Amino acid sequence: MTNTFNKVTESIKNAPAWQQKYREIMLLGKTLPALADVLKTDDALVSGCESKVWMFVEFDLTENTLVVIGDSDTRIVKGLLAIILALYNGLTPEQVVNKNAYEEFEKLGLISHLSASRGNGIKAMVEKIQTMAQHKLS
Amino acid sequence: MPTLKFDINKIRKDFPTLNQTINGCPLVYLDSAATSQKPQSVIDTITEFYTSQNANVHRGRHTLSEQATYSYEQVRDKTARFFNVLSKEIVWTKGATEAINLVANGLKKRLDKSHTIIISPLEHHANIVPWQLVSQQTGAKLVSLPLNNNGTLNIQQCCEFIKETKPALLAITQASNTLGNITDLKPLIVAAKEVNSLVLVDGAQGALHLKPDLRELNCDFYVCSSHKMLGPTGLGVLYGQYEELNTLDIYQSGGEMIDKVYLTHSTYRPAPAKFETGTPNISGVLGFGAALDYLNELDHVQIQQYEQELFSYAAQKLVKVDGITIFSNLSDNIGTLCFNFKDEHPYDLATLLDGYGVAVRSGHHCTQPLMTHLGLNGTLRASFSFYNTYKDVDIFIDSLKKCIALLD
Repeated sequence: MTNTFNKVTESIKNAPAWQQKYREIMLLGKTLPALADVLKTDDALVSGCESKVWMFVEFDLTENTLVVIGDSDTRIVKGLLAIILALYNGLTPEQVVNKNAYEEFEKLGLISHLSASRGNGIKAMVEKIQTMAQHKLS
Repeated sequence: MPTLKFDINKIRKDFPTLNQTINGCPLVYLDSAATSQKPQSVIDTITEFYTSQNANVHRGRHTLSEQATYSYEQVRDKTARFFNVLSKEIVWTKGATEAINLVANGLKKRLDKSHTIIISPLEHHANIVPWQLVSQQTGAKLVSLPLNNNGTLNIQQCCEFIKETKPALLAITQASNTLGNITDLKPLIVAAKEVNSLVLVDGAQGALHLKPDLRELNCDFYVCSSHKMLGPTGLGVLYGQYEELNTLDIYQSGGEMIDKVYLTHSTYRPAPAKFETGTPNISGVLGFGAALDYLNELDHVQIQQYEQELFSYAAQKLVKVDGITIFSNLSDNIGTLCFNFKDEHPYDLATLLDGYGVAVRSGHHCTQPLMTHLGLNGTLRASFSFYNTYKDVDIFIDSLKKCIALLD
């Protein structure tokens, strides 16, 4: 799984300028399949001020690994969502709890997107995943 | 008294925040509708207060307290002169929002289901939600003025609506924070007065750009925020025509607002004191005084003329960018451009613009009913002030084009 994450984020890490970084993020967002409109319910909304993020977090019962799907109405947030998905999808609850999204975003030079003022719901997405994992463990 | 000729180069030097780079680019600050930048004199006044003058007001007989009280009350006088009203008609609040809440709560006991409150779809949430609460608590009806599809008010139609509705209160903005559209207040107020309605004007956006003469405007209440007028945050102004102000019920209670306190009941001081309980935002008031001094040294007519020319220049350039739709009225505007690019989410462009050091706002701008009326989920908003330059506009437009290219 770490390999998927590295592959997905390599171009972002290697982007020579912020413009290229954002382009890579937005391209990554485009690779994420769109959620069907019927799934874009208010219940699935992650609280964010400006951009809408719909997310479903479950654990695969046979494998006991995390399955996250999601979508966003903005290009950048959708790309960031794709990064989160690549980071957490397929991990066991223990692995999820030990995986620090903040550190990964820091390494990618994207930490500012986790700040409260962005109001983009990325922070809330990470918290939702972490809460699910902790719930599963307890 | 205006003494200085409008000199943009000098003005730029007075605002330290403007002279910095963001992401290696010179800051282009186009978010003055959210908060204005502060001149050095405002910053110095606050520092000076805490460095050498700090004392509480209206209490001590010692030198510092007397000086603080004197300076503090002088700003009330200054504010009154700025708006051409009386000092005792000025109440300090923590912001325009609190000022509206103060009036809404102060009127509550007088309202019941036989009354109507009129607002408009242009209002900021701060001039909607308090009235919804009042309506829920008193049974008073809450209705809205009709608004054209383009976000402008048909004044004649609105006047007729007011006269037919005979509201207890009309609460309306002087200028839309989202669109920048200026409300033609005078005929609305005349219509409201004909049917004995009270009028509250939300001047959060208008106070700086339009500097209203409130005596002439003849509204009963006017609210504005220091921080949108070059002053510090955490301070608002409520103007109330004195009789109306003094008959409002108290909002918060405690020390300073009382006349006599017995164990079971108290009597209150007359307005404005009865609305100002607890230690006030003294440094905020002094900072706001410095902001008014700064504005008084400039010629408001020149400020307005400059802002209008800059706005027209920006609007003309923005209109020419392929795929841009502007929602603001391009005449009668305080200097705010509300727009979108095609059906792109404003979040993406605002984020990308920040990469070029251009600060704009994106979202619903605390005006969800207006967004619904216009059929939008959100927009970009570039709001200008007199400290912005033509170069700011050029950088903004060039950066916007580059950001649009990044979306491909």
